Amino acid sequence: MLIRRPPGFALKDNDVTPQSLYLRRREFLAAFVAAGGTLALPPAALAKSAAQNDFAALDATKTGYRVKGPLTPWEALTNYNNYYEFGTGKGDPARKAHKLITKPWSVMVEGETDKPGTYALEDLVDFNALEERIYRHRCVEAWSMVIPWVGVPLGPVLQKFSPNSRAKYVQFFTKLSRKEMPGTFWPVLKWPYREGLRMDEALNPLAFLAVGIYGRVLPNQNGAPLRLVVPWKYGYKSIKSIVRIRFSETMPETSWNMSAPREYGFYSNVNPLVDHPRWSQASERVIGSRSGFGGALQRRDTQMFNGYADQVASLYTGMDLKVNH
Amino acid sequence: MNLKNTPIIHMKNALFIALSLPALWIFWQWAMLLLGQPNALGFNPVETTNRFLGDTAIRVLLITLAITPLRDLTRLAVLTRWRRMVGLFAFFYVCLHLSSYLGLDLFFSLAKLWKDIVKRTYITFGMTAFVLLIPLALTSTNKAIRRLGPKRWARLHWLIYPAALLAVLHHYFMAKGFQIMPLVHGVILVFLLTWRVVKWAKKRYLATLPSKRKENII
Repeated sequence: MLIRRPPGFALKDNDVTPQSLYLRRREFLAAFVAAGGTLALPPAALAKSAAQNDFAALDATKTGYRVKGPLTPWEALTNYNNYYEFGTGKGDPARKAHKLITKPWSVMVEGETDKPGTYALEDLVDFNALEERIYRHRCVEAWSMVIPWVGVPLGPVLQKFSPNSRAKYVQFFTKLSRKEMPGTFWPVLKWPYREGLRMDEALNPLAFLAVGIYGRVLPNQNGAPLRLVVPWKYGYKSIKSIVRIRFSETMPETSWNMSAPREYGFYSNVNPLVDHPRWSQASERVIGSRSGFGGALQRRDTQMFNGYADQVASLYTGMDLKVNH
Repeated sequence: MNLKNTPIIHMKNALFIALSLPALWIFWQWAMLLLGQPNALGFNPVETTNRFLGDTAIRVLLITLAITPLRDLTRLAVLTRWRRMVGLFAFFYVCLHLSSYLGLDLFFSLAKLWKDIVKRTYITFGMTAFVLLIPLALTSTNKAIRRLGPKRWARLHWLIYPAALLAVLHHYFMAKGFQIMPLVHGVILVFLLTWRVVKWAKKRYLATLPSKRKENII
């Protein structure tokens, strides 16, 4: 039989906990029970996901851009990602994106602009003027999230580069590094990943450049250090880890359109009335907001322009949205 | 031959358990989810389940098709005795895959199912593969083989080839972009089918030869 004799310097249990905390033990127990929902998370996700506190905090002012309903939890946001440069599995980015080098970061600006050149991230984004916007996020795979982004509006950033009168479109490119991005070994898509907007779409007040989520700098799997957010379009339009911006007179190439033009149009506006060949777009699965069986099956109806029709519908008046999908 | 208590029978039991494990695993994960316990289903459990069961169905189907080539290579005739069990497991996983899509994804809406079948190429392919496999599962009993006669039975069970092809195409067209896994399944399937074509061609060629020379070649 093992008889444990504590050495003389060992503290007794009641020496460890200050009495003031000990007296509040019931509060802690209650809080623990309330947090029980997090126990339903996959253990792998909990182990892998870097805690929110590990990321540098960002100062951001709250704005009126916020949607009703619960936010998608940090764990879901940072463990369920589509970022094919790190693999096509939803968990691949969380596992592999740590290899991405995001410091220093610069963005090349070119094309129909009076100020072409290479700009440091800090020159592009004023980190003293960050704002928080809570946007709906709708993936073309018929799932959705609600995300508290931190960043700056896209329009003023683009106007700093004085695009000239021929600039009708703007194109963005993701970083391409075979070493840092193991998924680019295989030609899943045309690398580097590219996306584009019509100039008036890019200048719409909703279009946003994010550098953070949940008041913290962006984790790599979410598109660090700089990504686009266009909440009225399917998620793949919101290009991640931007290294190049090009103004052009003609409609630019976009990776998914090049891969399957019948399935992915240039506009890619969220539209429950236009079915995708693979998925019905009428409804969407809500990711990560509730645990258990109800959470796993939770769906909601998809809204026109993802609920942002008032802000963006006027951009497309007179256009056949079935043809220009 | 009485196979009771021989190592061969133990191996068949082991194979039975191995082929049951994927189903037990996914049911266990859903039980954990329902109990609010940690589980491996991730943040989109329905998607995880559909993909997992679909991958398993295709892989068990490929294992079924690998048995005959494996028998030819090893000359272990007993392998043929396992083929029915493995084939029925393949059908079992196809059924589970279809149920999770129909139940968890479409909430059992037959109207939505029909819309998907008509509209989405990969679902047209997948459903056709399932329909082709139904008569094979139904005629897997000894009684059915006797009733049909071995020749007709074999001709009917030839349907597994188009079914497997459609299953792999279903996976290929479901995947977004140019993905590697459907291609891996496709390459394995093409190899297993080529094996049979070569065997058939060889047999035909040998049949045209006079019997003396045939002995030398064999």
